[in-house]
Amino acid sequence: MSGPDLGRLLAMTRKEAREFRRTPFILGAMVVLPVIFIIEPLIDIFRLGSSTPASAVQKVVGVTFLLMLIVPAVLPSTIAAYSVIGERDQGTLEPLLTTPVRRSELLLGKALAAMIPSVLVSYVIFGVVLLCAHLFAANQTVVATLSNGPEILAEVLFAPLLSGWSIAVGTGISARASDVRIAQQLGTLASLPPLAVTALVSFQVLTPSVPVAVGFGLGFLVIDIAMWRVVAAMFDRERLITGARALAAGGGGGGGRPPGTVRRIQMVQEGDHE
Amino acid sequence: MPAGPSRADGAPGALRPSRPAHWGRYPAAMVQPAPGPGGEGAALPARDGPALRVSGLTKRFGDRAAFEDVSFEVARGEVFGFLGPNGAGKTTTVRTLGTLIAPTSGSAEVAGLPLSPQNGEAIRRRISVMPENPGLYSRLTVRENLELFASLYGLRSPGERIAGALDAVRLADRSEDRCGRLSKGLRQRVGLARALLNDPEVIFLDEPTSGLDPVAAGEVHDLINGWRQRGVTVFLTTHRLAEAERLCDRVAILNTRLRSVGSPKDLRASLFGGSLVVETATPLPDPRAVFAGVAAVMEWTEGGNGTYLLSVADPRQAAPQVARAVVAAGADLISLAESQHSLEDVYLQLIDDDGSAPR
Repeated sequence: MSGPDLGRLLAMTRKEAREFRRTPFILGAMVVLPVIFIIEPLIDIFRLGSSTPASAVQKVVGVTFLLMLIVPAVLPSTIAAYSVIGERDQGTLEPLLTTPVRRSELLLGKALAAMIPSVLVSYVIFGVVLLCAHLFAANQTVVATLSNGPEILAEVLFAPLLSGWSIAVGTGISARASDVRIAQQLGTLASLPPLAVTALVSFQVLTPSVPVAVGFGLGFLVIDIAMWRVVAAMFDRERLITGARALAAGGGGGGGRPPGTVRRIQMVQEGDHE
Repeated sequence: MPAGPSRADGAPGALRPSRPAHWGRYPAAMVQPAPGPGGEGAALPARDGPALRVSGLTKRFGDRAAFEDVSFEVARGEVFGFLGPNGAGKTTTVRTLGTLIAPTSGSAEVAGLPLSPQNGEAIRRRISVMPENPGLYSRLTVRENLELFASLYGLRSPGERIAGALDAVRLADRSEDRCGRLSKGLRQRVGLARALLNDPEVIFLDEPTSGLDPVAAGEVHDLINGWRQRGVTVFLTTHRLAEAERLCDRVAILNTRLRSVGSPKDLRASLFGGSLVVETATPLPDPRAVFAGVAAVMEWTEGGNGTYLLSVADPRQAAPQVARAVVAAGADLISLAESQHSLEDVYLQLIDDDGSAPR
């Protein structure tokens, strides 16, 4: 069995991206969330005076880093929660599944489409906040802390990994849910727990360092991979189409036949194959 | 081994085209086999034998049988109708043969490949399935919808294929319209264009004319006839019995179990035999004596007002004998005609035979 076909995977990603661009809800979220998550931390940063105590500065930095990571954690889960059930709702899932597309290509294609903009938005927010702090912040401690290597590394590593978790959970819920809104609400809720871990680093409960950032990053990676395996297993064509799980798979087996009741028509040659 | 029905002129599907000549056809470039990524298409076995071979196929959801012990074959190039009441298992059969769901027992070959999880991808390369709802991305344009599916089939020269498919369904001028803004009839045509993209050996159409007005339905019929001329196998589920009678070489009637398979003509003959309707100017004084003297008449019933329905083995052979007998009895013969049963009569008779309402 060969791996995913890149052409089909990218076709799925391209299709999703086109749909996102034309979906007001998603487009709105992509625009509004960054604005909020840029303005809110900048207000906090600009309010810090040059003599603000270090503990207060650290609190602002912690909140800032946490806010930066909310976008990759929450936004893709909302998109992913729509991904499967949305297809089912508009009747596109069945034609899609009758093509040669593989489960991995379909899921990865959708995941990439949700992850790329979310992570990019997150990086842009972080970059803008960092730049504005450097240019306009009165408190130099906050600038130095925001520019701390391990903090930046954690931000860079955690954004895609949180996004990966969030998409996996959202897709899993989407594959089993029967209502888009419920799927999105559950997806958002389920995407939040990993933020608790990042909060430990952001608020320096765990002292940020390169090993801590990399360690947590690896931990997230392992969890993401495990989660994706679970989601892939949940993505059962039969269940998605009929709502029922396959009771006996393996078409082509020669099961026992009850006595035939087919009414044969004399002039039709239907009996030879039996 | 069944050789498939004869494709003689005058078969129900052999209709005179009433649309432009290109309707239902597409360029030769689109007839090239679709090579799969990684050369998967090249490794496929030779295509011979029937397009579909189904043997004892059963699908159960828990205790409920969606369809049970279904066996039939469909020859290559045949238009095969699959009829049955709601809940009879038609759509589940299509989904099973389309590799979307696994059968509980039994076996099948689709486009020359055994139906098995291992062959799912290869089978899907060789077939197209159009569900009752064509399932288009409403925010994408017609072209974008087709581009997606062309990419998923790994088609070379997708632009040419898409253009050909759009031409075939006469939608070239609507290619940049978003599907959400199209009428149901146009969406159905986009679905059919999509079904053409991979140049399938077998096309499964689930209620393709459901909800369409007669003109739009007629266009779909013409398209199916175009495929027939190209030798594409069409597996058509429909509730429209007149449509099945008009289009299909053979039909199967399903009511969880397969009730019958055959050409509409054979089904009629098998179920109702031959019958003649005799009308005389005045009622015969002793019809028993008249019809008992005609060896070809097996049974007869009186319809009133000088009308009689006769059961005969061969109407063409029996008619002259009946005419002579009636005239010899001194009656004035007004008309003598073969009684016509429609596919609907066959359908209703078979479904009624089950002795219960459709599931």
